[in-house]
Amino acid sequence: MQKKLLGRWGVIALAATLTATVVTGCGSDSEDAAENLSGTIGIAYSLGGRDVPGFNQLAYIGVEPLLAANDSLELIESQDNPTATDDQRAERLRLMAQKGANPIVVVGFTYAAALAKVAPEFPDTTWGIVDDSSVTAPNVHSIVFKEEEGSYLVGVAAALKSKSNNVGFIGGVNTPLIAKFEAGFIAGAKAVNAGIKVQSTYISNFPDFSGFNDPAKGYEAAKGMYENGADVVYAAAGGTGTGLHKAASELGKWSVGVDADEATYPAHADYVTTILTSMLKRVDVGVAAFVADALAGVDTAGVKTWGFAEGGVGYTTTGGYIDDLTSQIEEYAAKIASGDVVVPTDPKA
Amino acid sequence: MTKSRIFWGTLAPVAAILSSLIFVYIILTIRGVNPIDIFAEMVSYGFQPRNLVSELNQTIAYYMAGVAAAIGFKMLLFNIGIDGQYRMGAFFGAVVGAAVNLPPILHVTLIIITAMLAGGLWAAIAGYLKVRRGISEVISNIMLNFIAAAIIAFLLSEDLLGTLPEGSQNLQTRKIPLSGQMPTIKAFNGEIYSFLFVAIAVGIAYWVMLNKTVFGFNLRATGLSFRAARSSGVNAPGMIFITTILSGAIAGLVGIGTLLSDTHSYSMAFPAGYAFTGLALALLGRNHPVGIFFAAFLWSFLERTAPVLEFEGVPPEITIVMQGTIVLSIVVAYELVARVNLRQQQRAVGKVNAEASSLKESQ
Repeated sequence: MQKKLLGRWGVIALAATLTATVVTGCGSDSEDAAENLSGTIGIAYSLGGRDVPGFNQLAYIGVEPLLAANDSLELIESQDNPTATDDQRAERLRLMAQKGANPIVVVGFTYAAALAKVAPEFPDTTWGIVDDSSVTAPNVHSIVFKEEEGSYLVGVAAALKSKSNNVGFIGGVNTPLIAKFEAGFIAGAKAVNAGIKVQSTYISNFPDFSGFNDPAKGYEAAKGMYENGADVVYAAAGGTGTGLHKAASELGKWSVGVDADEATYPAHADYVTTILTSMLKRVDVGVAAFVADALAGVDTAGVKTWGFAEGGVGYTTTGGYIDDLTSQIEEYAAKIASGDVVVPTDPKA
Repeated sequence: MTKSRIFWGTLAPVAAILSSLIFVYIILTIRGVNPIDIFAEMVSYGFQPRNLVSELNQTIAYYMAGVAAAIGFKMLLFNIGIDGQYRMGAFFGAVVGAAVNLPPILHVTLIIITAMLAGGLWAAIAGYLKVRRGISEVISNIMLNFIAAAIIAFLLSEDLLGTLPEGSQNLQTRKIPLSGQMPTIKAFNGEIYSFLFVAIAVGIAYWVMLNKTVFGFNLRATGLSFRAARSSGVNAPGMIFITTILSGAIAGLVGIGTLLSDTHSYSMAFPAGYAFTGLALALLGRNHPVGIFFAAFLWSFLERTAPVLEFEGVPPEITIVMQGTIVLSIVVAYELVARVNLRQQQRAVGKVNAEASSLKESQ
C-alpha cells in the first residue's frame, strides 16, 4: 500500500504548529513518540479531508509523529462526502476495519450513528471518535473538548483589547457544537465588560456544511461586523476564517482564529499583523493520546473530556499582540482551571 | 423498430461511460498508479454481495431524485429544488411519524403521504411563482432550497422539534416508533430497505402516467410546445403547476427509505446535494424509469467504491471527476447519436423517395 506523502500545506502547518507559541493549561506538548510500533492506523475525516486546515488536519497532525518514528506503521485515510448517508459512512468504517486498521480515529459527530452500528461488529478494533460521546461501546473512546473554555479566554482577550466595546462572533454552521464556541466567547467578553456589545452570526445552516469552508462569505460577514462598530471578531468557522482575517487586515481591525494557530497558516501570511490570537482546540493532542494508548494496549473505553485544565483548549500569543493582557487573561484562566468559573455552553443561557 | 430504439438509447450512455473511463485512466496514469488495478479493485469491492445491498439502498434514494427530475424535464422544467423538497419531505415525515401512534401499515402510509405532501407543497411555491408571476423555477427553487434548510434548522432546535441525545452533537427528531418503521429484507449479510418496492411502484406509475394516460399525453405535449398544447385545448399553465407539484412530491420521498428502514429520525447527518444528482441521473437515464435506475445504481456504485481509491492513495475526488465526465460526455453523445440517427432516417426516406420516383419514371 502506498503511503500518502504529507501535502505541502500539511508540512508547513505541521511545522508551524510545532514551533508556535502555545498557551494551554498544563501544556502536555508532544512527548517523544513511541518507537517499534507496527500496524495500521485509520483516520476517517469529516468533509474536506486532511487538507482542510484546522479540525481535520489536526487529527492527522496528532498521529504524524508516530508515523515518522515508526517505519512499519501505516496510515489509511478516508473522507466524508456531502451526499453520504449514515449507511454509507458505516460502510466506510467497515472497510477500514476490514483493511486491518486498528486503532481507527473517526473525526466528527456526523459519524456517531455509523460508529454505533459498526463498532460492535469489530469488537477487536479500537475506535476513537472526536466531538461525540454518545456511542458507548466497550471498544469506543470518545474525545471531546470544552470548546467553551478556550472560547471564553479569547472572549476575555477580545474584550480587553476592544476600544469600541463591540466585538463579533462568526460561526461556520449553526449547530450545537459551534454554539459552545459562541456561548464561551460571549461569556468571556461579558466577564470583562458586562456592557460590551457582541454581534453574532452564522454562515450556513445544516445540512449545508459549506459554512466551514467559505472565505468569501466569511469576508462579507466580518466586514459587516466591523462596519457595525466591532473592532475584534472571532470566527469558529474552519476555512471561512480566512475571509475574516482578510477583512480585518484590510480594515485595520483585530481578528481571532480557531482550532490551531491561524497566524501560522501559509494562506494567512499577509494577515498576521492583525490576527490577535487563536483559540486552540487540540484535536491533535486528544488524538495522539488516544492512538498512543490504543497501540500500547491500554484500555481506552470511555469518554475523555479535554478542557483547559487538561491542556485540550487554550489560546495563542503569536505576534505578541496580547502580551500586555496575558497576566489578566491568566487570572480568568486560573478560575476556569480551579472550577470557580463554569463556562456556559448555550449562548441563549 | 423498438430494437433499434433500444440500441440507440443505450449506445449514448455506454459511449459516455467509456469515454469517462478513458479520461480517468489517463488521470490515474499521470498520477502514477495502475488504472487497471484500481478499476479491478473497485469492481471486486463494489460487487461483493454485502456492498451490493448497500449500493442498492443508496440507489433507491438516487432513483427517487432521478424520477423527480425526469418528471420536470418532460415539461422542460429544471427542478433544482429537489434538495429542499427532499429535506421538507424527510423532516416532516419524521416529525409526523414520531408524533403519532397508529397500526403499522397506516403509520407508514401516513409518513409517506406526509413526505409527499411536504415535498409537493414546497414545490408548489415555485410552480405558482412560475405560472402566475413568470419567475424562472431555477431561481425560485435555489432560494427555496436555502429557505427549507433555514426552516428545518429553526424547527430542529431543542426548544421545538429536536432532541440532542446525551453526549451527542447531532440534533435529531424524536425516533419514529416501531409501528412507523419499515422492515428490511435480510440478504447477503446486509439489509435491503423494503422502501425499494415503493420506489419500483413509483417508477411504474411514472411510466404509465406518462405513456398511457391523457394526463401524461397533455404533459408531454405541453413540454414539447406550450403554445401548441394550449391552442389544442390543454390547460398548459395548469399542467406546469401540477407537474411541479408531482415532481416535488416524488422528491419528498428521496430520504424516506433511509428514514423508515435505517435512522428512524431526521438528523443533521442527513445528506445534501440531491438536486444536481437527480438532474444528472435523469439526463443519463434519458428520463426513462429503467434508464434512471441504472444511472442511479452507477452513481451509487461509484460513491461506494470511492474509499477503495483513497486507500490506494488516490484522492476520492476522482469519483466526482468520473461522474462529471460521464454527464458531460452524455450530452455530447446524445447529440452525436441523434445526428447519426437523423442522417440514417434521412437516408431511409431518401431511399424510399428515390425508389418511388424511379417507379414513376418507369411507368
